[in-house]
Amino acid sequence: MNAVLSPLAAIGAAVLGMLAALGRVALFAFDTVTHLFRPPFYGREFAAALVQIGWLSLPVVGLTALFTGGALALQIYSGGARFNAEEVVPSIVAIGMVRELGPVLGGLMVAARVTSSIAAEIGTMKVTEQIDALVTLSTNPMKYLTLPRVLAATLAVPVLVAVGDAIGIFGGYIIGVTRLGFNEAAYLKNTVDFLELWDVTSGLLKGAAFGFIVATMGCYYGMNSGRGAQGVGRATKTAVVAASVMILAANYLLTELFFTS
Amino acid sequence: MITLTNVHKAFGPKRVLQGVDLTIDKGTSMVIIGGSGTGKSVMLKSVLGLVVPDSGSITVDGKDVAAGDRDAFLARFGMLFQGGALFDSLPVWQNVSFRLLRGALKRPREEAREIAIEKLRRVGLKPETADLFPSELSGGMQKRVGLARAIAAEPEIIFFDEPTTGLDPIMAGVINELIREIVTEMGATAMTITHDMSSVRAIADNIAMLHDGVIKWSGPVSKLDNSGDPYLDQFIHGRAEGPIEAVR
Ligand SMILES: Nc1ncnc2c1ncn2[C@@H]1O[C@H](COP(=O)(O)OP(=O)(O)OP(=O)(O)O)[C@@H](O)[C@H]1O
Ligand SMILES: [Mg+2]
Repeated sequence: MNAVLSPLAAIGAAVLGMLAALGRVALFAFDTVTHLFRPPFYGREFAAALVQIGWLSLPVVGLTALFTGGALALQIYSGGARFNAEEVVPSIVAIGMVRELGPVLGGLMVAARVTSSIAAEIGTMKVTEQIDALVTLSTNPMKYLTLPRVLAATLAVPVLVAVGDAIGIFGGYIIGVTRLGFNEAAYLKNTVDFLELWDVTSGLLKGAAFGFIVATMGCYYGMNSGRGAQGVGRATKTAVVAASVMILAANYLLTELFFTS
Repeated sequence: MITLTNVHKAFGPKRVLQGVDLTIDKGTSMVIIGGSGTGKSVMLKSVLGLVVPDSGSITVDGKDVAAGDRDAFLARFGMLFQGGALFDSLPVWQNVSFRLLRGALKRPREEAREIAIEKLRRVGLKPETADLFPSELSGGMQKRVGLARAIAAEPEIIFFDEPTTGLDPIMAGVINELIREIVTEMGATAMTITHDMSSVRAIADNIAMLHDGVIKWSGPVSKLDNSGDPYLDQFIHGRAEGPIEAVR
């Protein structure tokens, strides 16, 4: 009996463990948000986080979008050729980019770049007692470290997504015009005509949610890092994995929410 | 006055503090000695609320440390961490004047910087050090920056976790004198952890020895050499033989 049940018990324990972790993350996220409404607010840290998370992520997000837009154009063209619908390339590239690929790939790239660095930095601060030192200097680590990063990411990632959208569409345009024989003006007209405002704003909203996830996971796992270099390593890895999975899950839920009614 | 009553703390199965009783009078200098890993740092951190004891009570001026306004409570303290715990994203002077750049004690940056440079001078560091980053300093220099940070806002209660480890004998002497000065001239209450017996004699009004999770001996520095306590005697003379086992 035990032999039959033990794999189930292991699965059950893992699921319970995951739910408990999710609960703790949710409490942490809630706590972070409440600090937004309780002074002091550390503007300098916020500005530094904006530069780190927003500005310095531009190259990564831009390159990702450029290549994705190009690949998307090629795919839609060869897929569309099967039912003589090659002319949909511009609109599908645009819609695919702004609704789905821009925010998701942008979010994942930012998770790789930002979540890891936040988790490693805060984790190192934790194991070298810098977080304790902050507390003894009457500075709340949630206000000084977490809130500036989470707020900066929530505001910066939508901007990154917008830039990524534009670059991605441009990538599709280049391929469309140079490789697939589209007329330049027709490609642009097709893109603009079929794109609705909600396509873009829904993607930006996703970006904000992903930004929030990215920074919150980095801060949470950093703050709860184990002792020593090994502890920081584990915290960093877990943070990136958790942020990526949560981005994909949140993307599904938001798509469900935005586009099925 | 700081009072610890029957304080217990365990990390998992490891019982570190097992009923610590200790009183530190206002304006006096208490030195905590004891073997490595006996829980001296944990004891200090539990007074600050960085470690929450499993049981027992800790009060400062009769008020429980866990109750009341944490910020106002911590504003009275300065702490030098054993590892320095400097913020490596900030230059030295901003580390030292961290408290003076934000919060209740905030003042203009220029003034905060001047205070930082003055405190650095007191721990034997040149003004040029102010603009370096912690990672550019030697271990002993980092320790002294940590010390400067602990005293920067002139707190009434200061904790020093091994202020002289990693320092040369002359610098250790300077630091000992500084700590003594802070207590006698500024009337601060100090609690210092040290393994350095010359520091003990230079800094202490009273001494407490932590062993096996309890305060094994405590008394004034004048009684240090004729306490008749075998544990204390073995410890201060650094003998391998005695009631304290060498492998713990
Ligand atoms: N956060 C923690 N988690 C688990 N164990 C801990 C933690 N902090 C301290 N300990 C354990 O508690 C014991 C006492 O640690 P503490 O740092 O107080 O020693 P100490 O007396 O200051 O020693 P030293 O003189 O070497 O600094 C050690 O065995 C340490 O491993
Ligand atoms: Mg210690």
